[in-house]
Amino acid sequence: MEPLLSVKNLTKRFGGLVAVNRVSLDVHPGEVVGLVGDNGAGKSTLIKMISGVYQPNEGEIYFDGKLVHIANPSQARDMGIETIYQDLALAGNLHMSANIFLGRERKKRYLGGIIRVLDEKFMLQESQKLLETLDVHIPSVTAKIEYLSGGQRQAVAIARALYWDARLMIMDEPTNNLGVSEQAKVLDLIRRLRDQGVPVIVISHTIRDIFAVSDRIVVLHRGRKVADKRTQDTSTEEIIQYIMGARDDYHRN
Amino acid sequence: MVSEAQAEAPSLPLAGKRRTTSQQVILLGSKVWSWLFLLALIAYFSWQGTGFFSLRNSQNILVAIVPIVLMGLGQTFVIIAGGIDLSVGWLMGLSSVISALVIREEYNAGVAPWLAIIQGLLAGVGVALAAGLINGVIVAKLRVPPFIVTLGVSFVARGIGFLLAKGNIIAGQPQLARDLGNEALLYYVRGEGGGWYFLKKPEVTGAQLRMMDRVFTWPVVIAAVVVIVAMFILHKTQFGRHTYAIGGNREAALRAGVPVDRHVILLYMMSAGTAGLAGVMHAWRFSGGAADAGDALLMMSIAAVVIGGVSLFGGQGRVIGTVIGALILAVLQTGLIMINVKTFYQYVVVGIIVILAVLMDQARDLIVGRAEAA
Repeated sequence: MEPLLSVKNLTKRFGGLVAVNRVSLDVHPGEVVGLVGDNGAGKSTLIKMISGVYQPNEGEIYFDGKLVHIANPSQARDMGIETIYQDLALAGNLHMSANIFLGRERKKRYLGGIIRVLDEKFMLQESQKLLETLDVHIPSVTAKIEYLSGGQRQAVAIARALYWDARLMIMDEPTNNLGVSEQAKVLDLIRRLRDQGVPVIVISHTIRDIFAVSDRIVVLHRGRKVADKRTQDTSTEEIIQYIMGARDDYHRN
Repeated sequence: MVSEAQAEAPSLPLAGKRRTTSQQVILLGSKVWSWLFLLALIAYFSWQGTGFFSLRNSQNILVAIVPIVLMGLGQTFVIIAGGIDLSVGWLMGLSSVISALVIREEYNAGVAPWLAIIQGLLAGVGVALAAGLINGVIVAKLRVPPFIVTLGVSFVARGIGFLLAKGNIIAGQPQLARDLGNEALLYYVRGEGGGWYFLKKPEVTGAQLRMMDRVFTWPVVIAAVVVIVAMFILHKTQFGRHTYAIGGNREAALRAGVPVDRHVILLYMMSAGTAGLAGVMHAWRFSGGAADAGDALLMMSIAAVVIGGVSLFGGQGRVIGTVIGALILAVLQTGLIMINVKTFYQYVVVGIIVILAVLMDQARDLIVGRAEAA
């Protein structure tokens, strides 16, 4: 199968520091890729190049088989690359539906478009439907985000990305600061995304979560890719050895 | 480990925060206290003060709150978006001076009064909008804290206002301007042969003139229209939604594609524009422009906004709250005078109410855990 995303020899330097060093990576439709590594291994830098925050110094990014230059985050979003950050980027004082449609509100037009009123009914109905397809439980689509738990907020952020036709989802520490049952719920949501054909790149420090949810695990160490293994073919101990730098599948002599 | 977590997942809905009854009471209280407080004040003064509960006094109160409400409206938008505008007081004065100057010069040059008044309106509001543009650009693009920017613009407006007026009041206004500022939609004449008059000033003289009440003067009508437009914009349109989003989480609004900088600039222009309108109407009402027309009103308008439940941290508040806040201030002011309390006590009372209003706001935040959400 053709990969949806393919990065080749991506390199990013900050002054003398090589944060990401010739990393290549494929992501196929319908798979969850776990991206792991110690602090400073280059995970975030790699992700930020894919989501348009940073520009690579070297290497290419292919999306849908085409060579692309992602100049900024909104360009990435237009292509269908959605990144969900730890801070979630939701407005706590607005309700769920307002957040899902933020910046892309649906409006009713009166007097030939001179007067445009928010179409709350449409947006609330769409949000409700979305929650039902995702099987997410939230007290009400009109509940303010600040009333929701961390897991519910995470779910809203995922729902928003899905609604706007995300084709690739990147999630940075999605289970951080969540309770145990909520972590499980979010992991469940990630699997559901995969089953709907949306591939997901998950960054996490929690190896247990990566094993629970991923189909493939990519390990970075000091900016280089040191392992790229199917989850079922490896073990926690082995992955930890890669993270510590004790193993390296791509070592060039 | 993994299978454990998975096993218990599907059966559990994502748990939300539960609130106890007493927390719910505080939440409800923070929403309705200003309405109850206003009603209580009206009831108390009506019972205590002779002549408080009368048509005439109600109209005096409405006339008094016009500039506070207008400045408060713009301020409501700016504060909801997480800013503050300290320039509106002296911008109101500057606008009153400029509009009065334009009207006087044009009128003296032989231009028809109505045309001169329209020119004055455009000049007065236009200058304010320009000042708002400066506020907005410096706040949004150059990232200077709004407190500092608007304070600076306030001083500039103060200086220019006094320079243009040469320290005086700009008089020499046509009668039409005076009428616009003081005549009304409705009139009521008490006593024999009296009654209601709609859009037509009754021809009464002498003692009967004192029996006539002007109901809804033109500035009150104009302010009411602006209030309705502001409610519509804040609560029904995309612009209003984005105003809340910027105050709630600026970064989230940016990432969601909200044109944050442009929006913030427009908010400061709105704020200055409503202050300019207040200044123009001040010049109508008093038949003259005064550079210090809005000096005392800035703090009153901010007090009205805060009493009305707009959070100074941004993200929360409603237009109607600001109107209620302004009414509370005006009712207090006239009521205390009518029950013969020394005028200066009103400031003490207003100060205490403002602090109580902010405490209400904080209590609400503690309950919904906004600190955690931000």
